[in-house]
Amino acid sequence: MSERYDVIVVGAGVTGLSAAWWLARDGLSVLVLDKGVVGAEASSRNGGGASHYQSPLFAEEQRLWPMMDDLLGYPTEYRAQRVIIATTPHDFDHYNYIADMCLAMGWHVDKIDGATARDMVPIAGDNCLGGIHLHFGGHANPQRTVQAYAWALQDLGGRVIQHCPVTAIETSGGQVTGVTTPRGHFSCGALVVAAGPQIAGLLAPIGIEVPLMAGRAEMIVTEPAPLMKLGGVDGNGLYGRQTMRGNLAFGGGPHEWIETQPEGPRARPTTPLSRSLARRVAELFPRAAHLNVIRSWAGIVENTPDGRPILDRIDNLVIATMSGVGFGLSPATGHAIRDLVVDGACSFTDITKLSLARFAGIDPDWRAAAGWLPLTAA
Amino acid sequence: MTRIHDPHAIDGKIVAPDEVHDIIVVGAGPAGLAAALEAARAGRSVLLIDENPVSAALAGNDVPLWFGGRATAALQAPERLIETLVETEPLIAEAFEAGIDVRLGVTAWGLWRNRDGSAALPQAMLGLTDGQRSWTAGYSALVLATGARDCALHFDGWDQPGVMGALAFGTLVSRYDAFAGRRVVILGSGDLALDTALIARARGIEVAALVEVRETAQAATALPDDLNVLTGHQVIRAEGGIDGVERVVVAPVGGAECVIACDTVILAIDMVPAIELAEVGGAAVVTEPLRGGAVIPGGAGEVLPGVWLVGAATGFVGPRAAAEAQARAVIGRLLGREDDIAPLPDTFDRMAYRAQWLRALVATSPEATMVCQCEEVSRADLIGVQPPGYLPRPEKLCARSLGTLLDDGPPDAEQVKRLTRAGMGVCQGRRCREQVSLLLAMAANLPPKSAPRGNWRVPVRPVPLGVMADTEHAEAMDAGWDVWFGIDTQWIPYRDIGTPEEARHLATLGGNMHL
Repeated sequence: MSERYDVIVVGAGVTGLSAAWWLARDGLSVLVLDKGVVGAEASSRNGGGASHYQSPLFAEEQRLWPMMDDLLGYPTEYRAQRVIIATTPHDFDHYNYIADMCLAMGWHVDKIDGATARDMVPIAGDNCLGGIHLHFGGHANPQRTVQAYAWALQDLGGRVIQHCPVTAIETSGGQVTGVTTPRGHFSCGALVVAAGPQIAGLLAPIGIEVPLMAGRAEMIVTEPAPLMKLGGVDGNGLYGRQTMRGNLAFGGGPHEWIETQPEGPRARPTTPLSRSLARRVAELFPRAAHLNVIRSWAGIVENTPDGRPILDRIDNLVIATMSGVGFGLSPATGHAIRDLVVDGACSFTDITKLSLARFAGIDPDWRAAAGWLPLTAA
Repeated sequence: MTRIHDPHAIDGKIVAPDEVHDIIVVGAGPAGLAAALEAARAGRSVLLIDENPVSAALAGNDVPLWFGGRATAALQAPERLIETLVETEPLIAEAFEAGIDVRLGVTAWGLWRNRDGSAALPQAMLGLTDGQRSWTAGYSALVLATGARDCALHFDGWDQPGVMGALAFGTLVSRYDAFAGRRVVILGSGDLALDTALIARARGIEVAALVEVRETAQAATALPDDLNVLTGHQVIRAEGGIDGVERVVVAPVGGAECVIACDTVILAIDMVPAIELAEVGGAAVVTEPLRGGAVIPGGAGEVLPGVWLVGAATGFVGPRAAAEAQARAVIGRLLGREDDIAPLPDTFDRMAYRAQWLRALVATSPEATMVCQCEEVSRADLIGVQPPGYLPRPEKLCARSLGTLLDDGPPDAEQVKRLTRAGMGVCQGRRCREQVSLLLAMAANLPPKSAPRGNWRVPVRPVPLGVMADTEHAEAMDAGWDVWFGIDTQWIPYRDIGTPEEARHLATLGGNMHL
């Protein structure tokens, strides 16, 4: 007899843990399995942004974030709002188009001039032409948040087993019955696969093709700067935030497509791209150019062919990938997955355009056709 | 199939290094100088760089050594310091004469190689800086003679000027002639402590005492009779005033306290192999208690293709002549000779010694004592896995601790670092990583050999944004620059998918969006 749970979640990243927490709130018995440590991959390596207003989950995300510290019982460092500042006329026009797009969706945006922008972002310089102030969106600490989900899940009786990779998914009569791990079998009533780049490799043996390609992205972080009124600042081709400690953590720029290993990434190296990130941060914040860069890092994220999530249920299996933009949406993603598992459909928004079926019949060589191929070393 | 280029991918965007050398030697200490000279004498072209003299700003952050606020204003005059360095190390002049391209005050802060997870580089390269700008340098062979770092351990009062490391003391006294103290107390009684005492005495610096937690002195040779060695003693606290340390209070276990006047407390308990560059270049790291903790497997020799490790960075501890002989033998191998590289000499269990000291210091210091000075993380908060002071501590969080994390699996240094912020400051964990590692091991009942450790990241020295910035190759890098993967359909509002609005957004925005 193997241990049985109502729901097993594969992947202790931010999406899997949020889903597990939502399911445990329903009183279900939940087990989360991970190949490594909680949030060790992209969930703790991202920019902490919570401003993906393009998503159907965004309104629910915005409703939930201000409550998350209380709901979870642990601090996430969530801060609302963002400002995007331009240092070139091209960027200024680009951001204003985005503002109009957001206004058309009913979100509150102010178009601001250079002086207002410098008042909000004191480390911006004379090159700042103004930008847009989003009265929505925000940012949080990814590392603290992902651990908060795990702890909150445990507080509700859920279980997380680290260093326990799923090596096979067991099925019977078209239904998932459990999973195989080095620590034995675990059986379940429903399975949520939220294993990031490893999703495709886990599901292929049971006949489900998930088109994903993994890429490596880099960030840098500085020593602390004086705290600004608003920590969520983007611009100049960068995304990032000022942490509550004051550090400037920013990323952007070219990615590297890489092979996915069944056991997860063997390494997450950075490259001299750090120097280009440093240049762009110094251009965006001339008054912070003296700050020391103290770390750089890389993370591995999976992408779907159209860059949009797959949130779908097939029998008693739920597939969840956020295609590289998962952190900020996670409070709502977990809710949607809970709905898919328990009710069979999302209760608060339409997610039908995020089905796996949209990729049915995709060219098997779609990666090559898009140029999404790993490099071979010189 | 013809490969279609993803314009937003890194392919081809990282340009060739700004300069390319035959052999680059990083570090002009005894091993680095011996290596550079051996290679030059064999007719090879050599670039020898050394980060000394380090800037006053870096030294003020205790990078790369634990200077402890005891440097004189001489650090403000780097040109004069370079002269002093050359005067105090005759082999530097010899290196110049041998035709070696010697550059002092040049720091290697990054090493990038194609390896698992990345194949984006045209060739392996170092990131270098002279404090004004940064650039990249390629090599046929790279010799890392990066030496050792100070091993800091906390006690009551350690976070004030005048508490410093033995290697920083040796550098300030012997290489910079820039030590600001007059009367020192040395913690430890091994060879490092004895060397430190002899360096001090040779410069007329008074050695008030050596304090040893063990019952006997630990040096391999007998200590001079006139050294005041307090064996079986614990450090209770360091006390001071506006200029830092003024006295240190010690006591035999269970015995009466004794106050020793001094302006400096030097930790000479151990040193740590400086493996930063080797690790960020992709070398594996293992914990070897006899070699000083986290080291590169294999010791002296080729540790990565084209990357050679020599000297104290291998975990070597011993006389200068032996370090030089080891370095020459490694260069012999690099040159294709069959030199025998002497195995590392027998030493003692350095991590056990460190751990014994740390346990004694933990026993006498309040648990509110800071372990990580940069981020102000106390020992209690480290072991309690509590967040920094600017965050609330709700009831559930207070109930969490390392103990509850251990229920989920073995202690993970990176996880504890992220939650407590210990080691995330501007000194890059130089003052706390060894003790955090040991404290986590002790709390988890693991032997020092299994102590969890945090890894090094580029830049392995703090480098200002404006200095690290690559302004010369902006064009190559900016072509196709995108905030995030450049997948244009990712940024279409959900409700617009499949509508005429989608086409308009795609045409106007492309993939280039903020997140």
